Amino acid sequence: MSPFGITLTLVVFYVFSEIHARRRTFYTNPVLLSIITVAFILRWLDVPYGSYMSSAGILKFLLGPAVVSLAVPVYKGRGTIKAYAREITLGTTVGGTVAILSAFYTAKYLGGSEDVLLSIAPKSVTTAIAIGISEKLGGIPSLTAVFVILTGILGNAIGVELLGVFRVKDRIARGLAMGVSSHGLVPQG
Amino acid sequence: MNLSIPGSVIGMLYLLAALLGGAVKLEWVENEAELFVRNMSVMFIPPGVGIVTYLGLLRVQAVPVFGALVLSFIATLFVTAKTVELTGGSE
Repeated sequence: MSPFGITLTLVVFYVFSEIHARRRTFYTNPVLLSIITVAFILRWLDVPYGSYMSSAGILKFLLGPAVVSLAVPVYKGRGTIKAYAREITLGTTVGGTVAILSAFYTAKYLGGSEDVLLSIAPKSVTTAIAIGISEKLGGIPSLTAVFVILTGILGNAIGVELLGVFRVKDRIARGLAMGVSSHGLVPQG
Repeated sequence: MNLSIPGSVIGMLYLLAALLGGAVKLEWVENEAELFVRNMSVMFIPPGVGIVTYLGLLRVQAVPVFGALVLSFIATLFVTAKTVELTGGSE
C-alpha cells in the first residue's frame, strides 16, 4: 500500500488550515478547499479514487472513534444542557424535524433523484454522524459529506445576519438555531 | 427505509452513560477523546473527495441540491429560534 493518499490529504489540509488560521472567513473553509484541491490533484495525476482511498481510507475509519469521543464534550457541558433542558429538547426536536423534512421535500419538489434525497436528508447534523446516517439510509456518504460542509459554510456566511432579520435576540435561541440548522462549524452567535 | 442508528452514535451514548454513571472517570478518556474531536475535520476529506465520482449526478441535480440546502437552512434556523424563544429562552 502506497502512503500517497494519506500524505497528500494531510499536507493539503495542513496548508489550508494555516491559511484559514490567518483569515478566519467562511470562504477559506479548509475542509472544502482540501476536498477540491485533492480531487483536482488526483484527476491531474490520473489516480483513481479507489487507489487514493487504499491509504486515505484510514482517516475515514477514524471517524467511528471520533464520534464516540463526542461523549466527552457533551459530558463536560452537562451543566449547561441541564440548565436549558427544556429549550434544548424542544429546539432540537422541532428544528431537527424541520431540517430533515424541509431538505427532503424541497429536493423532491425540485426533481431530486432518490439517492440525492436520501443523501441530503441528514445534512444538518455533524459530518461524522451524517456520513453514518447516510450509509444506513442507503444514500451516498460522499455526497452527504459535501452537503454537510456546504450547510456549515452557509451558516457561517449568512446565519448571524439572518437571525438579525428574524429579530431573534435571545442568546440560547440564537445558539440553538445556529447549531441545529448548520451544526458545529459556526461562530458563537 | 432503514432507520437504525449508526454504531458510532450508540458507542457515544454508551460512553456518555458510563461517564454519567461513574463507571468511567473523565481523566481516563479526556485527552484521547479531545485529540479525536479536535482533529475530526481532516477525516471528512477522503469521503468528501469521493464527490468526484458523482460530478455527473451533481450537475444534473444542481437545482434540487442547492435549492434544498438553502431553503432548508433558512427554514430550520427560523423555526428553531422561534421555538426556543416561545419556550422561554435564557430567562
